[in-house]
Amino acid sequence: MPTISMNVNGISVSAEVENRTVLSTALRENLGMTGTHVGCDTSQCGACVVHVNGKAVKSCTMFAVEADGAEVATIEGQAHSDGSLNVIQQAFQDHHGLQCGFCTPGMIMTATALLRDNPKPTETEIRDHLEGNICRCTGYQGIVNAIMAASGQKPAIAAE
Amino acid sequence: MYNFEFTKPKTIKDAAKALAADGAQALGGGQTLLPTMKQRLAMPETLVSLTEVDGMVGVDSRGTGLTIGGATTHAQVASDAADVYPALAGLAAGIGDPAVRNRGTIGGSLANNDPAACYPAAALASGATITTNKRDIHAVDYFQGMFETALAEDEIITAVQFPIPQAGNYQKFVQPASRFALVGVFVAKTADGVRVAVTGASGSGVYRWTAAETALNSDFSAKAIEGLSDDPSEMITDLHGTAAYRAHLVGVLTRRAVTASR
Ligand SMILES: Cc1cc2nc3c(=O)[nH]c(=O)nc-3n(C[C@H](O)[C@H](O)[C@H](O)COP(=O)(O)OP(=O)(O)OC[C@H]3O[C@@H](n4cnc5c(N)ncnc54)[C@H](O)[C@@H]3O)c2cc1C
Ligand code: FES
Ligand code: FES
Repeated sequence: MPTISMNVNGISVSAEVENRTVLSTALRENLGMTGTHVGCDTSQCGACVVHVNGKAVKSCTMFAVEADGAEVATIEGQAHSDGSLNVIQQAFQDHHGLQCGFCTPGMIMTATALLRDNPKPTETEIRDHLEGNICRCTGYQGIVNAIMAASGQKPAIAAE
Repeated sequence: MYNFEFTKPKTIKDAAKALAADGAQALGGGQTLLPTMKQRLAMPETLVSLTEVDGMVGVDSRGTGLTIGGATTHAQVASDAADVYPALAGLAAGIGDPAVRNRGTIGGSLANNDPAACYPAAALASGATITTNKRDIHAVDYFQGMFETALAEDEIITAVQFPIPQAGNYQKFVQPASRFALVGVFVAKTADGVRVAVTGASGSGVYRWTAAETALNSDFSAKAIEGLSDDPSEMITDLHGTAAYRAHLVGVLTRRAVTASR
């Protein structure tokens, strides 16, 4: 079986995978990092979004061997080193950006990519960017509010 | 999914050689192929990844038109083509969602020729040339029906050349569950006349709406095609919309695309 090496959240790791192993499986089963969730496994829901070389991708729809040598960022690497939440995570907590939390890792990774490219997105831009992230609980307003707040803007409609 | 051999060639020559083997298949961004393999609808023995092949990634506007490497992602086209060919960049920016755009490639989209895909409409309306490791294929000869193209099994789309129209625009009516086009219309006003390419509507894939082209050639305005609608008899009926509904959308989207053309 091929051995792949990746830098995940700043740590060099390697794993033995099959060619058919998708990145989400390599992260969760080979590396024990279960923060990345698999909702649909058919590239529809976005729960599995991670960053590969700085780009948000659906890790269920990329082979692990394609990430050989890549820098990967997952939800596990987002909090500060003392364990406190980063500004986007904190905003999700403060603005009811999650209920069951299943979609949240993908939402946070997608929002992180958005705010890196576009530090002050409009509500429409946020909703457009979340096109590939499905949430069954919140109705999205709390998520949109959290991303508005994380970018230093006032949410248009309160979620409560 | 069945297991397979995996190779990541660095040159077009090596990729072509690997693809010539029995059971070998090209892997672009995997956004279509990977789900198909999970369903065991495709079971290649070898996957030949094209994403690291030299010279197959990039958007080059130095010549008269725009040349896009076959393994260029939709996200890169959306950003790098924005100044030279905004209608094409806008189309790329509307494909699927951001994560799909970060992986999916123009070569994969054109090779797949999904009847609801966006790029086929751009290629046909712009009069693009699809360059492979073997030859140049004009868009008119390239698209041959639903999921059918002029490509041979071991042929690689290395680049796509787009002449840039005087004005153009793409309008997509999104099918919200799949995020593909329920109907999409690309309008291009060129020195040789207006071309209107329609995706999503017909069971035989992308086509040109010639009646609208004739009307727009004498007057390039939404008014010139007011009341004109395409023949629904060959159009798709499914749970997302009837043939008549799609025919109606073709008219509406063409008028919007003409108005938005720049
Ligand atoms: C959720 C979702 C939404 C989407 N929405 C849209 C949309 O709105 N509009 C749209 O147009 N598309 C949409 N797509 C499809 C997307 O654009 C795909 O990226 C594209 O169709 C396939 O490109 P790929 O690079 O991922 O190809 P792959 O999946 O890697 O390959 C597809 C096929 O093309 C072949 N192939 C790949 N590259 C080449 C090449 N260079 N030369 C020859 N053959 C090649 C492969 O062997 C395979 O048969 C969507 C996909 C998903 C998952
Ligand atoms: S698990 Fe990857 S998109 Fe749903
Ligand atoms: S919080 Fe439950 S799916 Fe989004």
